[in-house]
Amino acid sequence: MSLSRLLKATALSAALALLPLSTAAFADEQFFPLQSYRVGPYAAGGTGFFGGFIDYLNLINIRDGGVNGVKLTWDEGETQYEVEKGVEVYERFKNHPGIATWNPLSVGIAYALIDRVTADKVPLLTINHGRTDSTDGRVFKYIFPLLLNPYSETSGIINYLGTKEGGLDKLKGKKIVVLYHGSPYGKETIPIYELLAKKYGFEVQQIEVPHPGNEQQAQWLTIRRAKPDYVVLRGWGVMNPVALKTAQKTGFPADRIIGNVWSNSEEDVIPAGDAAKGYTAITTQASGAQYPVLQEIQKVVYDAGKGNLEDKKRIGSVYHNLGVVNGILNVEAIRIAQEKFGKRTLTGDEVRWGLEHLKLDPARVEALGAKGLFHSINVTWDNHEGDGLVTFQQWDGSKWNVVSDWIAPDWALLRPIIEKSSEAYAKEHNIPLRTAADADQVTN
Amino acid sequence: MEDVQFFIEVLVGGLLSGVMYSLVAIGFVLIYKTSGVLNFAQGALLLFAALTFVSLHERGVPFWASIGLTLVLLAILGTLIERVVLRPLVNQPPITLFLATLGLSYVIEGGAQLLWGTQVHGLDLGIDDVPFEVGGVLISSFDLFAAATAALMVALITLFFRYTRIGLAFRAVADDPFAALAVGLRLTRIWAIVWTASGVVALVAGLLWGARLGVQFSLSLVVLKALPVLVLGGFDSIAGAIIGGLLVGATEKLAEVYIGPFLGGGIESWFAYVVALAFLLVRPSGLFGQKLVERV
Repeated sequence: MSLSRLLKATALSAALALLPLSTAAFADEQFFPLQSYRVGPYAAGGTGFFGGFIDYLNLINIRDGGVNGVKLTWDEGETQYEVEKGVEVYERFKNHPGIATWNPLSVGIAYALIDRVTADKVPLLTINHGRTDSTDGRVFKYIFPLLLNPYSETSGIINYLGTKEGGLDKLKGKKIVVLYHGSPYGKETIPIYELLAKKYGFEVQQIEVPHPGNEQQAQWLTIRRAKPDYVVLRGWGVMNPVALKTAQKTGFPADRIIGNVWSNSEEDVIPAGDAAKGYTAITTQASGAQYPVLQEIQKVVYDAGKGNLEDKKRIGSVYHNLGVVNGILNVEAIRIAQEKFGKRTLTGDEVRWGLEHLKLDPARVEALGAKGLFHSINVTWDNHEGDGLVTFQQWDGSKWNVVSDWIAPDWALLRPIIEKSSEAYAKEHNIPLRTAADADQVTN
Repeated sequence: MEDVQFFIEVLVGGLLSGVMYSLVAIGFVLIYKTSGVLNFAQGALLLFAALTFVSLHERGVPFWASIGLTLVLLAILGTLIERVVLRPLVNQPPITLFLATLGLSYVIEGGAQLLWGTQVHGLDLGIDDVPFEVGGVLISSFDLFAAATAALMVALITLFFRYTRIGLAFRAVADDPFAALAVGLRLTRIWAIVWTASGVVALVAGLLWGARLGVQFSLSLVVLKALPVLVLGGFDSIAGAIIGGLLVGATEKLAEVYIGPFLGGGIESWFAYVVALAFLLVRPSGLFGQKLVERV
């Protein structure tokens, strides 16, 4: 055998010998493609959320060696919160082996991906946001608006105001103004506020703030004239601090303003300074770094120099904790699916099955070190939101303080409205309604 | 009576908001007056100035030292823009220069975030934004401060243009750049200085807008508020920027309150442009803009 043939044969044998090894290495990884946004107008939220998500994945890898030995991996593509860039990142990553879920944290990108993820059979998670009717798993097989959809948020806020007034019946005769962002996101809850106003007998006035919301003088003067009992702030980005500042300027007290789930972060109140003191906002995950899981992230991840946030002071902030909770939900869905399909890299559809059996009761949440951080979740094949409870936090000028118990939205009231919308979508797109039996069928 | 009071309140609020738009528009006017360039990067300059100031101040640099250091950085940036962008494009059509400033705005925005990070910052200038009542009409003390600052800035710019050698040179360049060159004025130096001056205006506007919105990326979007102001007031008139700002502020607020409810609300952002467009049809050079007469 000539030297060159010997070399070729050796190389071929080595390659063949390594092939199973490389397959095995791949088999032990579950991949998260992250459509993150770390620059641009919404970078503050993006760095917090994706930072928290990555911190939790890192915790699982470092502390536990992955999920039952399956290492969690990820790669980021910058979207700047722009839909076309989000789609571009999707196309770039979609053929990566072992994709678990997509988590864009953007309503626009999520809408653009619905057909794509459905065709590719990989779940799309829109924690606390997204399309409300995607709650109906009979129609939206791969979309999961986990913990809270916009309708539940609306109901949660009204239930909280009822609690404050001493009962929902006490809302009768009250006046509530909803100040909403001039976008499809902002307008989505208009009919639900109307519905709840009719049900509980309060008067509602809904006022639009044009995007981006850096001028609100006219709106707040109108509010001042209307003399409402409460103002619900359904804002986004710069609209929130401007609302609080303009409320102060027009003499409306901050403790009568209730923020929605995208008006509840430190980034919304810090720029408003003293004008934000007393402002209250809804949340699904409490802020603060005192929870055991956050303590572990600090000890295991940050002390090892692997933390994702540049500024450690942001650990435990609203967006960071949302990212951590999103990490918990992703990891637990994989863990549940592994129990059924084996402790290996799962397909997207297998992870979908795991998500549809994602039941974390308060005891399990406590075992995960997240007692008080969030309450519980119970996702089923037809309920992709998972009955998340909400709580309310009040800003004291330097930090958020929880001021309510965990509150349940009125799911029974909302479900028929959601089903009406999702069934119309199914009809329009020729989607047959799934059944429980369909849900258990998993494709590889 | 209550209705009249409310009308006055909306009107006064609109006028004071308009002053804030004027602050941004003045930066445009300075550049346009001396170089004929519609500087789309003014909003990005505003973001850069405010972000630099607040980042330095948060790192423990005293207030006035932060102002000084920011001004130095703005001067360096102004000189760099002249050297790297404007000088190579001299004698190019206005649309080329406009597009260059459009590109520049992205570079400055990205550079500012790269340098100082993406976090949202609060900015407290020590002026409480609590309202006080005059005859049943609420007036914001912060807005009054902003109006006083704008008035002071306009006075200083006017004095500068009228009574200093460099101001005289600005005026000469604005009147006729070729004649200015012929008498030995260094156009490139004047451009660098005017970009720095526009940076100073951006810092003042950035601090006032930053105190209102927080210092964050959205600051660069206030540029959109300045455009109808310029159309109304004229691109090369400081007085026009002020009057245009007041008109836009008052019109959009009154429209939002009194016409908005019939159109579903949220109309003020585009209503200002409707007014500007209508005005453009009647008086293309704006209220105070110079009428261009070209001999062909």
